[in-house]
Amino acid sequence: MHKAYRYSLGSKTYEFRNLADLMARATPARSGDRLAGVIARSAEERAVAQMALADVPLKTFLNEVLIPYEQDEVTRLIIDEHDALAFAPISHFTVGDFRNWLLSDLASSDMLSKIRNGVTPEMAAAVSKIMRNQDLILVAQKCRVITAFRSTIGLPKRLATRLQPNHPTDDMNGIAASILDGLLYGSGDAVIGINPATDNVAQATRLMKLMDEVISKYEIPTQSCVLTHVTNTLECIEQGAPVDLVFQSIGGTEATNSSFGFNLATLAEAEQAALSLQRGTVGNNVMYFETGQGSALSANAHHGLDQQTCETRAYAVARKFNPLLVNTVVGFIGPEYLFDGKEIIRAGLEDHFCAKLLGLPMGCDVCYTNHAEADQNDMDNLLTLLGAAGCSFVMGIPGSDDIMLNYQTTSFHDALYARRVLGLGPSPEFEAWLEKMQIMSNAAGACLNEALPPAFAASLKTLPAGNSESEVSNG
Amino acid sequence: MVDQPDIHNDDWNGVVDNPWRRLRQFTAARIGLGRSGISLPTKEMLEFQLAHAQARDAVHTPLDFSALTQQLETLAEQYPLLNEEPPLKLHSEAVDRMTYLQRPDLGRRLDEASRVLLRQEQQTPEQPFDLALVIADGLSATAIAHNAVPFIQALCEELNADKQEWTLAPITLVEQARVAVGDDVGELLNAKTVLVLIGERPGLSSPDSLGLYLTWAPVRGLTDARRNCISNVRPEGLNFSEAAHKAGYLLRESRRLQLSGVQLKDRSGALLESADDMAASTEKTATLEHSSAAADNTITTESGQPSALHSTAEAKNFLLS
Repeated sequence: MHKAYRYSLGSKTYEFRNLADLMARATPARSGDRLAGVIARSAEERAVAQMALADVPLKTFLNEVLIPYEQDEVTRLIIDEHDALAFAPISHFTVGDFRNWLLSDLASSDMLSKIRNGVTPEMAAAVSKIMRNQDLILVAQKCRVITAFRSTIGLPKRLATRLQPNHPTDDMNGIAASILDGLLYGSGDAVIGINPATDNVAQATRLMKLMDEVISKYEIPTQSCVLTHVTNTLECIEQGAPVDLVFQSIGGTEATNSSFGFNLATLAEAEQAALSLQRGTVGNNVMYFETGQGSALSANAHHGLDQQTCETRAYAVARKFNPLLVNTVVGFIGPEYLFDGKEIIRAGLEDHFCAKLLGLPMGCDVCYTNHAEADQNDMDNLLTLLGAAGCSFVMGIPGSDDIMLNYQTTSFHDALYARRVLGLGPSPEFEAWLEKMQIMSNAAGACLNEALPPAFAASLKTLPAGNSESEVSNG
Repeated sequence: MVDQPDIHNDDWNGVVDNPWRRLRQFTAARIGLGRSGISLPTKEMLEFQLAHAQARDAVHTPLDFSALTQQLETLAEQYPLLNEEPPLKLHSEAVDRMTYLQRPDLGRRLDEASRVLLRQEQQTPEQPFDLALVIADGLSATAIAHNAVPFIQALCEELNADKQEWTLAPITLVEQARVAVGDDVGELLNAKTVLVLIGERPGLSSPDSLGLYLTWAPVRGLTDARRNCISNVRPEGLNFSEAAHKAGYLLRESRRLQLSGVQLKDRSGALLESADDMAASTEKTATLEHSSAAADNTITTESGQPSALHSTAEAKNFLLS
């Protein structure tokens, strides 16, 4: 057992069992940590824990692992891949010093890139716990993470979108209708990504072929992804399906990932298989990962850590496999992990900051479920804050309503709002395409044309004239 | 450049309509909403707010248990199959809705008063009941208020038609309850099988979706791998007679094989067997499942979708024409 941490406040001494306990008690309040029984027992204890955490040297995180090296392959990955040379410029800092340095002008974009492989997830999580929301935004905005496949993600003053055309029965025309809606609203430069309703290899292949044909026919500089299990995608590749990106949900402990049905070797195999297809044009990042605070606890695989520290450890997994996109699905998990808009917003900013600091192309599914204490106004707030923080991409879905997964995320309209109010363009390849196709007159300014673009008008003409009034009921 | 509309024209309402809105014949997704500038038009924005308000009300409006009790008593007069005892009102360990939302563990257990009540109820344990029906508010009181009684009626028809006899325990109504509360009820009532009717997490377009969870040999501490689920029971989804048919099939098979869960497959018809449909269910635990890691989705699920949403496989996709 590692040593306890103590902090004296006047005549009162607070004691924290070990580093994991200290980090958990220092974490801003959220329901998942309460559920796990690791939350601070009082507001004062939280503030004291943050003071004690600020005094911990960064080197401590290399010597006191939170989950034993022998028991967990994510711990082994974190320790084995640590870059001592990159760590050198910050190796003498405490967590508190690290925050000061990150906020200072010494921490330029170049400098942040240089040190990133010296930063472990636990260091990133620790410093985030003593940062305010504006600190998380300011430092994330300085981090540069650029990835590419057929479009380039993460350039300054850009905000990409995942077009998410889900349908409750995977109806091919229903999915195509949502794809068309998204494209005509300038969405889809990060990926066109479908969560399949029927989750098997045959169905995934059908959806991949549909997206591949649409991307080819309209020469769209983007990539497709079916969000099925990594082992399904591997089978799709073996069968010759047109796989652009390999998807997997990942967590920050080996046990979480086992519960998801994969390990690090599976991801390595998948990355190699996708690379072998050589389908990228401007880059070769072929992985798409999703994460979210609370997944380790819900899999009963959190080892007594707080949920934000577990989440940040998942970024070590992501970093190993050079992803094009990483997405924290922040509000999907429900109120037992993130109770309300305030907790969802805080978690979204933490996840984005930690991932960017570690060098990941982080986007965010700015979302909530109907049993969370949150609404569209909370999502407007988080979207705007993430846009200011330089978030790589957000979701785009018709009218914010995912009729398959039954939750609300950002709409095509929302992304245009963020682009316009913050002066953010889509990825450069996609920007040129939007103008070429006459979807937008000025994609950088988020200006849509009023006339139906000719290439799509032609496709709509092929629809049977009848039936046009009968809308499928929302039930 | 963007066309400048004539704002002096009386017809101008500031909205750019989308001619592709007619593609809604293929999907219930909110496509072709049009725009005011680049934002949602007033009408579409307010319609969304209404849908969200209804979903919120489904989560937070307390279930009217006395009205439900009356309806069930009326139903019992019509169907002697149902236990003649009036429904028993129970409560989980989650004292209120806010606790319920944040502490799923408490919603899975009966409180002590309810346990005492059930122990008094169950006086002759030598003859176990074949089935206990448990009605749980879950995340949508609206789902229970609209759909529980009509479903039980359809299930009575289904069970009446069965060759073997079914003895039913008194119906229990559990407040602030999650699926696993049925394990406590079934165990204390000495029932061979428990069928939990529960309000599912409301979607924006489906605030009243009822879920059915079947568990053989219920006892506290079972995992979800031991359950079978029928999801999306409502008139616009899986209708009552279809749902009762599926439930009847699972109940007969469960009784014959003396098991439930992953080893019990529904072969009652051509079905959509989907892991991701679990996203709609109350008890989904590994929730960043946006993805569909098969290992997480341990509940065997069946789900109903409006058949009108299926288009023929042969039709050429309009976007590729």
